[in-house]
Amino acid sequence: MLPLGVRPIDCDVHVSLPDTRTLLPYLDEYWREHLIRRGIDRDSLELTSYPSNAPLTCRPDWRPSQGHLGSQFEQLRDHVLEPFQTQFAICNVLHGSQIMFSEDLSAAMCRAINDWIAAEFLDRDTRLRASIVVPLHSPELAAAEVERRATDRRFVQVLMLAMTEMPLGKRQHWPIYAAAERHDLPIGIHAGSSFRHPPSSLGWPSYYIEDYVSQAPGFSGVLNSLVAEGVFNRFPRLKVVLIESGVTWLPAHFWRIDKTWRAVRYETPWVKRRPSEIIREHVRLTVQPFDAPPTAAQVQMIIDEIGSDEMLLFSTDYPHWHFEGADAIPNGLPDECLSKMLVSNALATYPRLS
Amino acid sequence: MSRHVVARVDEITPGACKIVTVKGREIGIFRVNDEFFALVNRCPHQGAQLCKGALVSGVDSPGPGEYSLTRPGEMLRCPWHCWEFDIRTGQSWCDPDSVRARTYAVEVEPGATLAKGPYKAETLPVSVDQDYVVITV
Repeated sequence: MLPLGVRPIDCDVHVSLPDTRTLLPYLDEYWREHLIRRGIDRDSLELTSYPSNAPLTCRPDWRPSQGHLGSQFEQLRDHVLEPFQTQFAICNVLHGSQIMFSEDLSAAMCRAINDWIAAEFLDRDTRLRASIVVPLHSPELAAAEVERRATDRRFVQVLMLAMTEMPLGKRQHWPIYAAAERHDLPIGIHAGSSFRHPPSSLGWPSYYIEDYVSQAPGFSGVLNSLVAEGVFNRFPRLKVVLIESGVTWLPAHFWRIDKTWRAVRYETPWVKRRPSEIIREHVRLTVQPFDAPPTAAQVQMIIDEIGSDEMLLFSTDYPHWHFEGADAIPNGLPDECLSKMLVSNALATYPRLS
Repeated sequence: MSRHVVARVDEITPGACKIVTVKGREIGIFRVNDEFFALVNRCPHQGAQLCKGALVSGVDSPGPGEYSLTRPGEMLRCPWHCWEFDIRTGQSWCDPDSVRARTYAVEVEPGATLAKGPYKAETLPVSVDQDYVVITV
């Protein structure tokens, strides 16, 4: 349970398009006709990572009787903003627009999504903030969209997916990071894949459990790439938020990457500190799911091993199903850690919330 | 502390190492150009024979994608886990303050001086017309 009187900052709630047709009024006349001619407006363009009927995608008592889940402002208000007394909620849209093969179509649809969320959500409630949705496979167009959106300070971060065409540290992505750093926007990296590659390097899995559990090693790979490629050397003010990554895998990742760095750091001589130190400084994680061990003492141990009480950000991950009722906090978090997680860590991570 | 004559200067070529045993300790004598260095032959990490590792250069970088070699041949890379040690100070690159290999003072002395003593040259005959490596242990 949340401590009484605290108005938390929820760093991951999901908002989804009711359908792709919803975007038509937000597209210019060329792209509107383009979508209609091709029938794209009749496709759901739902991301494979979060199929609607998967139990995890929506908590049963949050599943709407009609309409697409997570698409109605009133439900978000009644399920999250009111019961949790949310100070701010950061809305993340996951949609096929972000990962299309056509870069121009992807960019046009992402622009429309950002216009749509501003009009249909941000304009309706001052507690709402949003991530900028960008064409993930077109860094130049993605950076242009960041520049275009940056004037609206209700957009507080740039949204990417953990597993796309290239590891996220690669220099091809750097235009996005340059724009984000310039405008005080963290890079939010959400679980999910554009499925250009299998979610595990072993090959294509058969079942949902394989895909979902494979997200954590996917995030490990993201951290390896960001550190080794020198993203934080080149963009020293950049913050990265891992969203829906799970948390408890992190200490073991620290040990492994630090140990290996000692042996092969000469390959990446710009990495002059332990990778775990760099990650503690630049990376934050939302706490749903936490992947909590069975006892509070074990949770305490994980927090000690993470070695920082500034990395965790409160989230409900609405409407995804990780907890019941208002039980959004793992048991066993030390008071100081909990207090920072609910508000001040988010304020420190997202300059635009202050 | 005592001084020990451990090698003739010309028996260690630049970039090479001679491992000697002094007071029961294995010590590697390295030559970089005309300078000599001595380190204990035991890695402070897990006890590998450190001096059997490769001599490599320092590698530095002002930023991603930029590479420079520094201090050619002055870093010793442990053969087990590839941790790098500064041959001058014994400090490890990654943990210079807490992980360091023991080093010993090294001097080059002419044989004529050594013949007067009081140096310990248990295993090495000294000739007055040669130069010798002397370490303090």
